[in-house]
Amino acid sequence: MTTAPSKPIDGTPGSKVKRAAGPRGRVTLAHGGGGQLTDELIHDAILPRLGNSLLNGLLDSAYLPATGDEKLAMTIDSYVVQPWKFPGGDIGRLAVCGTVNDLAVCGGEPMGIALGLILAEGFEMSAVHEVLDSIAKAGQEAGVPVVTGDTKVVGRGQSDGIYITTAGVGRVSKRMNLSPERIQPGDVIIVNGPVGEHGLAVMLEREMPQVKSVLRSDAAPLNGLIKALMSDVPDVLFMRDATRSGLAGVACDLARDTGWRVTLDESRVPVRPEAQHAADMLGLDPLEVANEGKVVAVVRPYEADAAIKAMRQHPLGREAGVIGHVEGVADGLCELRTMIGGRRIIQKPYGEQLPRIC
Amino acid sequence: MEALKDMTAKAMKRLHDQAAQADRPMAFMEVCGTHTMSVFRSGLRSLLPDNVTLLSGPGCPVCVTAQSDIDMLIALACDHDVTICTYGDMIRVPGARGSLEQARGDGADVRVVYSSMDAVDIAIHEPDRQVVFAAVGFETTAPATAAAIDRAMKLKLDNFAALASHKLVMPAVGALIDGGDVQVDGFLLPGHVSVIIGWEIYKPIPEKYGLPCVVGGFEDEQLAVAMADLVQMVRKGEPGLVNQYPQAVSAEGNLFAQQVLERVFEPQDVPWRGLGVIPKSGLELRPEYAQFDAKVKFGLERPPDQEPKGCRCGEVITGGVTPAECVLFDNGCTPTHPIGPCMVSSEGTCQAWFKYHRVKINAQRKTRAQRMTAGEVTV
Repeated sequence: MTTAPSKPIDGTPGSKVKRAAGPRGRVTLAHGGGGQLTDELIHDAILPRLGNSLLNGLLDSAYLPATGDEKLAMTIDSYVVQPWKFPGGDIGRLAVCGTVNDLAVCGGEPMGIALGLILAEGFEMSAVHEVLDSIAKAGQEAGVPVVTGDTKVVGRGQSDGIYITTAGVGRVSKRMNLSPERIQPGDVIIVNGPVGEHGLAVMLEREMPQVKSVLRSDAAPLNGLIKALMSDVPDVLFMRDATRSGLAGVACDLARDTGWRVTLDESRVPVRPEAQHAADMLGLDPLEVANEGKVVAVVRPYEADAAIKAMRQHPLGREAGVIGHVEGVADGLCELRTMIGGRRIIQKPYGEQLPRIC
Repeated sequence: MEALKDMTAKAMKRLHDQAAQADRPMAFMEVCGTHTMSVFRSGLRSLLPDNVTLLSGPGCPVCVTAQSDIDMLIALACDHDVTICTYGDMIRVPGARGSLEQARGDGADVRVVYSSMDAVDIAIHEPDRQVVFAAVGFETTAPATAAAIDRAMKLKLDNFAALASHKLVMPAVGALIDGGDVQVDGFLLPGHVSVIIGWEIYKPIPEKYGLPCVVGGFEDEQLAVAMADLVQMVRKGEPGLVNQYPQAVSAEGNLFAQQVLERVFEPQDVPWRGLGVIPKSGLELRPEYAQFDAKVKFGLERPPDQEPKGCRCGEVITGGVTPAECVLFDNGCTPTHPIGPCMVSSEGTCQAWFKYHRVKINAQRKTRAQRMTAGEVTV
């Protein structure tokens, strides 16, 4: 079942997938940034060739038909983060959390993870062990085993250290009805805690390792939190983990996919001072950088209190709160009410995180 | 926090009161990319009185860098196999042969750095590579370039050089006013640049040209106060120079940084994107530092500045036209595929406009929500 609308990009109206006139240029880093250029790659290159009713929804997980009261959710993600270790986590923790979270936001209870390791010749064996320990620990936190895997080694210079791919399968109740189509004006947008910390912690470690900060990645498996939320508020309308492109990316997609205006309230979007400080130093916007332990949920206004209460009872949702709402303006834009009561449009980040000059 | 909010509200009230009393349209220009960003982030434009306009002038370092500078960097990367170290925004600006980002995709060695010193570090750690730092920006970033060159000299590095495209704020403001193309009632002057050059240097703006100006900070409250001051001076017909960033900006500026600049660079006539050549408006390396001057070291000739056909970034940054008046705007030139630098930079006027212009694009596409509003479908 893929009821979600396909995602039009600028110049690609409605659900029609346009085949590009011919491939030009070369791959740039921004094509992998999860922003507008990634969208282009998906719509111009991938969907015209591989598109089908299960794929076209472009959900975090695809729903596969199964018998009985359940269907299956399936997802896959690759991890190439540099450096492989950063404050609050490493590539192993990320690989487990990312896949668990992609299943969880689609209502899936993770059943097992497939693990693909690509190691570079010369990479420290002690680091391999450390990453595997971290995978095991994150798997325990999520209550999900690694059930199959593969290892390849590439020659020195072909790769840089360690890359991981994880795929996951989860079971989803057939009663689950998560879909942006059901969202309507008045609905409320919730997040489970402060945003921007994963991306900023990694960028700070990579770009300014000399800077000492208490900032840590928020990488965490969200399936427990989401299960707690869904058991108190079964009629959650939509969930997405705010990874690459950050909160801005999720909010913009939400506005685009529903066609309604999404308004976020800056004074209610939680950003820790250390994250804001790091963002200012790096020339980035905390709203636009990746989280690995944040879920954005949309609920009916009368269920907002129950949803927040349910989240706050979970360790990963202590700082949950309403950050915005869906407005009855049919322009598909995402707008931020600023601290001083002004308004500005939030746009999906372009792709690669490029720091400003000054 | 609450106190600051009160101060912002008070300044906003003064801004509106003064504008109402003035009862005529007035336009001001900010000449600092960080102001452009702060104004944008705070949503201040949406709160300005109807008769007050704030134009974004030539303050975005990326936007004012001439295409010939980009072309020389690309030539170094592609033809001389040089490692180019650049600030982030620069890599997407298209030159005659594409952008540095595309060059990197083609195999050139282009690296994003956060400071000029990172580029020196790369040169130290990779002695077999020739490293060139793309030195752009105003008086804020130029001292860091000078310090990097000093360091390279002390270390006797023979694989480090800078392609200096630094610009000076005051000559550009003077040229804008003298050129007469820009009709503004005053200037919001850059806080960070003024930390280096001091506020006295701006005296000619009120004294010679009769235009009010305010050196402003970047917080919501500081921006609101600066705008209120500008409107008030216009209303009273008393143009002056006000420093609303006294915690950081002194009359004479940072003399140490000025000395470093003076020692390493000398002012030259340089081309600005869209503004042409402005006398003594850029910083080039002094002959004593020729060994670190990428133009000298690699024998580069500045190519002619052929700006993209139809691109009106030059007029946009002088406030001559709005982005929507450019035929390329949203018609081939978008943030994803920029043609002009004002669309590349997050500080660029075109990119900021594009974000709002999308209202129109979305309006053309009938969304489910619109069909729902029209009663064509139900929930």
